[in-house]
Amino acid sequence: MSILDWILIVIIPGWLLIGIIGIVFPYRPHLIYGLLFPSGAVLGVLLAVCALSGIVAAPQTRVLSLGLPDLPFHLRLDTLSSFFLFLLGAASTGISIYAGGYFRRGKGAIPGLLCLLYHVFLVSMVCVMLTDDGYAFMIAWETMALSSFFLVTSDHRIAEIRRAGYLYLLIAHIGAVGILLSFGLMAGNAGDYTFDAMRRFPEDGIWPAVAFLLALFGFGAKAGILPLHVWLPEAHPAAPSPVSAIMSGVMLKTAIYGLLRVSFDLLHAKYWWWGLLLLLIGLATAVFGVIFSAVQTDMKRLLAYSSIENIGIILTGIGLTLIFKSFALPHLAALALTATLYHCLNHAYFKSLLFLCTGTVLHATGERNLGRLGGLMRSMPRVAWLALVGMLAAAGLPPLNGFVSEWLMLQSFLFTSGLPQGYLHMLLPVSAAAFALVAALSGFAMVKFFGIIFLGQPREENLLHAHDAGRHELLGLLWFAVGCVLLGLFPNLVIAMLDPVTRLLLGSGLREAVAANGWWLLAPISQDRASYSAATFFVSLALFIPFVFVVVRRFFHGNLDLYGNVKRVPAWDCGFPSQTARMQDTAEGFSQPIRRVFSSFLRHTRQHPSPFDTNPVYRGSVEDPFWKWLYQPIVRLVEYGTNIVAFLQHGRIAIYLLYSFITLLALLMLTNG
Amino acid sequence: MIRSILGVLPEAGQIINLCAAIMLLLGFSMLAQRRILTLINLFLLQGIVLFVSILTVALSTGQNHLLWSAIITLALKVVALPWILHRLIRRLSVKWDVETLLNIPATMLVGIMLVIVAFNVATPISELSGTVLRSTIGIALACVLLSFLMMITRSKAVPQVIAFLAMENGLFFAATSATYGMPMVVELGIALDVMIGMVIFGVFFFQIRQQFDSLDIRQMERAREE
Amino acid sequence: MTFTALFTQLFALFLAALLAPALTGWVNQCRAWLQNRSAPPLLMPYYTLHKLFHKEVLLAHNASSLFRAAPYIVFSCMALAAAIVPTLSTDLAFSPAADAIALVGLFSLARVFIALAGMDVGTAFGSLGARREMLIGFLAEPALLMVFFAASLISQSTSLSTIVETLGQREFTIYPSLAFSAVAFAMVALAETARIPVDNPATHLELTMIHEAMILEYSGRHLALIEWAGSLKLFTYFCLGIALFFPVGISLAGTPLSIAQAGFFMTLKLAAGGFLLALVETLSAKMRIFRAPEFLGTAFMLAVLAMLVRLLLETGP
Repeated sequence: MSILDWILIVIIPGWLLIGIIGIVFPYRPHLIYGLLFPSGAVLGVLLAVCALSGIVAAPQTRVLSLGLPDLPFHLRLDTLSSFFLFLLGAASTGISIYAGGYFRRGKGAIPGLLCLLYHVFLVSMVCVMLTDDGYAFMIAWETMALSSFFLVTSDHRIAEIRRAGYLYLLIAHIGAVGILLSFGLMAGNAGDYTFDAMRRFPEDGIWPAVAFLLALFGFGAKAGILPLHVWLPEAHPAAPSPVSAIMSGVMLKTAIYGLLRVSFDLLHAKYWWWGLLLLLIGLATAVFGVIFSAVQTDMKRLLAYSSIENIGIILTGIGLTLIFKSFALPHLAALALTATLYHCLNHAYFKSLLFLCTGTVLHATGERNLGRLGGLMRSMPRVAWLALVGMLAAAGLPPLNGFVSEWLMLQSFLFTSGLPQGYLHMLLPVSAAAFALVAALSGFAMVKFFGIIFLGQPREENLLHAHDAGRHELLGLLWFAVGCVLLGLFPNLVIAMLDPVTRLLLGSGLREAVAANGWWLLAPISQDRASYSAATFFVSLALFIPFVFVVVRRFFHGNLDLYGNVKRVPAWDCGFPSQTARMQDTAEGFSQPIRRVFSSFLRHTRQHPSPFDTNPVYRGSVEDPFWKWLYQPIVRLVEYGTNIVAFLQHGRIAIYLLYSFITLLALLMLTNG
Repeated sequence: MIRSILGVLPEAGQIINLCAAIMLLLGFSMLAQRRILTLINLFLLQGIVLFVSILTVALSTGQNHLLWSAIITLALKVVALPWILHRLIRRLSVKWDVETLLNIPATMLVGIMLVIVAFNVATPISELSGTVLRSTIGIALACVLLSFLMMITRSKAVPQVIAFLAMENGLFFAATSATYGMPMVVELGIALDVMIGMVIFGVFFFQIRQQFDSLDIRQMERAREE
Repeated sequence: MTFTALFTQLFALFLAALLAPALTGWVNQCRAWLQNRSAPPLLMPYYTLHKLFHKEVLLAHNASSLFRAAPYIVFSCMALAAAIVPTLSTDLAFSPAADAIALVGLFSLARVFIALAGMDVGTAFGSLGARREMLIGFLAEPALLMVFFAASLISQSTSLSTIVETLGQREFTIYPSLAFSAVAFAMVALAETARIPVDNPATHLELTMIHEAMILEYSGRHLALIEWAGSLKLFTYFCLGIALFFPVGISLAGTPLSIAQAGFFMTLKLAAGGFLLALVETLSAKMRIFRAPEFLGTAFMLAVLAMLVRLLLETGP
């Protein structure tokens, strides 16, 4: 059995079967959460293993005569889809384990329905990556959009969630139209919707550019690039946490997969301005996302904006790759693409971890608002330490995984000599500066995220009794935390894994450059240009910290009691006598510097209480400027347009029939003439 | 021929490159500076750098008229103008220029864009020019544009004048680096113009202040109607 | 990796840890002289450390395990950072493991932990300090990165050892971009080491504190470690500045004699640098906290400019 067969015969039917069993016994939580979700996780592992062997194998194709007659589904498993399938398998494993514990404690949605939707969602993502023709791709893509929509709105009794779901569905469909048009254009008049035919699309003229822009729009809507990002911060807080995790960690990457497939594989990516466009959009998205994530007060919105930031980083990387490729700098292009794909994988891991942590916090406290959390390090220490790993990775700190991809990305920014374009040559250092700013700001946002939730004093009474996560939840979190550490420690293995993918898309890879050094030393270009060794780093820190601890304890122990316990006293706080939890920084307070520094970007509204108010309330909120400057005008325009069209609407059936009649007559006359 | 003369002062090219960089640095510091006193001192420093660079060119290429223009630079831009400016602000008792129309990092960002543009624009010119210093033409042009930007972003009259003078510095530097200086007559003419311009500005300041009780040029927007 | 490289590495680390408080003492001494005060002894920071190590630790009631772990992590990060920087010799065992970008990452790891520790006890001042520290951090970090980039464009490498070797071996060449980087670096260093225009290391006036506010709740050996880490950070930044902009005298061979010579030069340069720092601190006033973004934004822009100047003016190697 080939790898593709394994996926087609075992994994896809397996997940579908799990979903069907779930819907047949919809109210058996023990069955569903105790057995079905964990077996889904096992299939996830299997998928990851299959995909991993698919990366090194030759491409495999199948034609399934499902669907409409004469329109069979073409399937193809190549290295690019294998990589993204690996990402899906690895991430879904952890999320499935976690979901088994999480949904058990939830209330609201029917367990069986959740189980079905969740597994259909997984299957549709697998199909998106396997399909090899436009028709099947769109079916899988729409299935993915619909199943995720139902998952987002699983708490559909709350109006806010319904609204978020509607927005998500709307933008997903506008994007789908873009993709459809792009495929239609590339298929041309031949009527052949296979990707193979699209690869033969003429490379010159204006049409490849139009197809590329349409695809960018379509996939960008799913990924959340700048003007189309508005659904992310609405949908993520609305969705249950495992769903947020899989949407942010995996589903956004399907859009990246689509963009890579169309621009590199189908359209052959020959023009440097495509890259420039992606670079600029990516940087704008990243800067916007990170600034907004730093000022959010809802923990899941914060993470949603941080996802926008990371998509921006990934897009920047694709842009760089395109630029290098079009100027025939294969090694640099491979470096940039490796960094991009690495970041996709890293983001899937740390963002899933963080979203799952918010889920646990949400269950333990019932609170998403950062202003009502705090001090959870004491009541749920295990989750807190795991969240710390995710937070450090997301902040791009060594020796975890986020740092490695940022390091690679910075390296590819740095050694750009050889670009002929004058302005382009100078733009790259400036973009590197913007990139560095994004990386540093994400540290701010992440410190805020972790510090406000887990540190300090509990801001509400009930937080003292928050309970730590259950066994399944912890196992899921652990899966991602360990992944973050391993991906950070063994970059050479990951790069070796990515090598076939970059070879497929660019014809060059980093394997030789990386293999020249040992497994522990990462030197993507050459050793005197740049090198980094996460393992040495980690081992030195891991040895040095205990060393310092032991030395300090041994020689300078002061007055320790027998067990090394220290004396506990009230906090000093410069001697201020009364301290309450309200005196700590709130989420708004912590992001005050950002609001001030970037005040021109943010629409910040504040309500101050009057000085005579006996029960003063302060309110501040930050709005997304795109609502006002882009979306509201569009809404007004659409309303205006529909008002004009409404003129045709009289409500009398005879008139409608008349319209049809006239249309029919006009068509008949036209076709005759 | 130039090569052989350069042998006298082998590091001339590097010194001028350094001067160019410091000119640019000073241009940016002036853009970022809020205090008028410091602004004048920066202007003075710019004059010194200009003097050094012209002197280096003069010595390394042996062109005597450049020596004269170096001396004029020294006399005018290092001694005379800063002294006049210092006197002026003491008499006007303005020491601060708190408000700029754009905040400073934003101005610097625009400045960086200007530098990029200036370099790209200057590339064809520097290929035409045959001097050893042609790579500095871009910087000189950038200095001119930066001073222009400073004139736009400042709301008080005195910093605007300083920006104007700094612009002239940039121009001078461009001339030296592109063609080893302008003919002597032109230089003398410019020097004289600047002197007279300074005197006129001095009178002008006092007039503005009498009229509007402030040196804020935004006040002058009101005068448009009358 | 050779044995000498390992030995040099350990020696440099040991020396850095040992000498760092002396540098702090020297800066304090210079500052006192310049301000017409009677100076504390040079070894004062050692006495303070000794005192603190022998004091009892008093922990706030709700301090978590992270609060207790943070001093050790911060100190280790700083010691490691000091080890990465080629202070005496460029032949270091650790240099392939971490380049300039990793060094910035290391600084920021330490910053994140100290900020988290500041937020941990949940006092008003702790979170205030953490917020301000992160404000300084997110501006200083990219600026520092850009400074390194400008230097690495010259040497075509981000490895600190290679950068220093390239800059140290050069014949008399003036790099204008280095002038920009040097100014930017000085500004970043002042902010990062909590020095006067941005933060006042001697203040205990609550509302103006940044660094001190975060570590208010620490006492005893924890505080000692943090103070020591602070000295190490100052020392590391000095060494970085020296290595990037005045690398003359740093040993490239790694022989004991050349290292001793490098040590001599280094002491001189550190003394001069410490005096300069004291001078800057005496001559300038502390800024309002919201002037700091402007200050650091300027540094950031200058560093970007340095890269541009490098690309534009200094074409060719």
